[in-house]
Amino acid sequence: MNPADIFIDIFLLLLMAAVAIAIVRSHLMFAVVMLSGIFSLLAAVLYVHLTAVDVAFTEAAVGAGVSTLLFLATLALTHVNVEEKHKPVRAVPLVIVVATGAMLIWGTLDMPHYGDPEAPANKHVAPRYIQESPKETGLPNMVTSVLASYRGYDTLGEVVVIFTAGAGVLVILGRSRRRRRPGVDDENGDTVEEERA
Amino acid sequence: MNRHSILRVVAKLMIPYILLFALYVQFHGDFGPGGGFQAGVIFAAAFILYALIFGIENGRKVMPARINRILLAGGVLLYCFVGLAGMFLGSEFLDYNVLGPTPVAGQHYGILLVELGVGLTVSSTMIAIFYVFAGQDI
Repeated sequence: MNPADIFIDIFLLLLMAAVAIAIVRSHLMFAVVMLSGIFSLLAAVLYVHLTAVDVAFTEAAVGAGVSTLLFLATLALTHVNVEEKHKPVRAVPLVIVVATGAMLIWGTLDMPHYGDPEAPANKHVAPRYIQESPKETGLPNMVTSVLASYRGYDTLGEVVVIFTAGAGVLVILGRSRRRRRPGVDDENGDTVEEERA
Repeated sequence: MNRHSILRVVAKLMIPYILLFALYVQFHGDFGPGGGFQAGVIFAAAFILYALIFGIENGRKVMPARINRILLAGGVLLYCFVGLAGMFLGSEFLDYNVLGPTPVAGQHYGILLVELGVGLTVSSTMIAIFYVFAGQDI
């Protein structure tokens, strides 16, 4: 990596850390939602810089786009605003957090460097995908061929998870509140439910 | 939202291009960045934008709940049926090689259909969650 790349990475990570601190310190839920959208956009830029454009695309669309929107919709429903004064910093939790963070950083020192061709992750099935996937699937985008073909079973699981999430939201929130209220006849409630769900 | 004429005009201009871009991301995902997940979210964003500007009730007319629920399950079912088709044609679950005249063509069909299933489920999930959240009157 040349120095410019390292500078961009460090700059983006510092920005993300600043946004994260702002999220923790903010008391306004609306600001927290907006800041987490900014955090996702910064992550997307970082992924682009790591040449993981598919991941960056997903992060920008899901993390910054739809998640922010769903958080805003939730805020509109709940009207929750945390009113909390700054508490004094307590020593024991701070020590525990700093120690855990230091141990995690110490643990990464043993890990292979980013993009190291000798890393175990790059020695296992990755060479086969790189060499054979254009011939076997005829697709230039290796991410798609791994996601949909080689790892098709995993992707099926992911789609089922998304389906379950959607079905769960529909089951819990998809019914009309009027239907459960006493005094409304069931037939009327049914038609309302059908239109609203 | 009758007063926001600028928003309405801009949304009307943007929505066809958002849908077109989603379809491009969906079907060009084999060759460039993108795929079913991203395309589904972008496709849903067009419907959510419509519902934000023109109201939830009008949004429900564009994408009725019944059709949305069919698509929600249809995407997963399409994915499963592509997998089962490989089994019926004498290979393993989710083996696309047997779906076409040549293994490469079969892989192409399989990936295209599977990504379409992903896109359908993701977009209808996002639309369903947003409509349900935004339609609550507490």
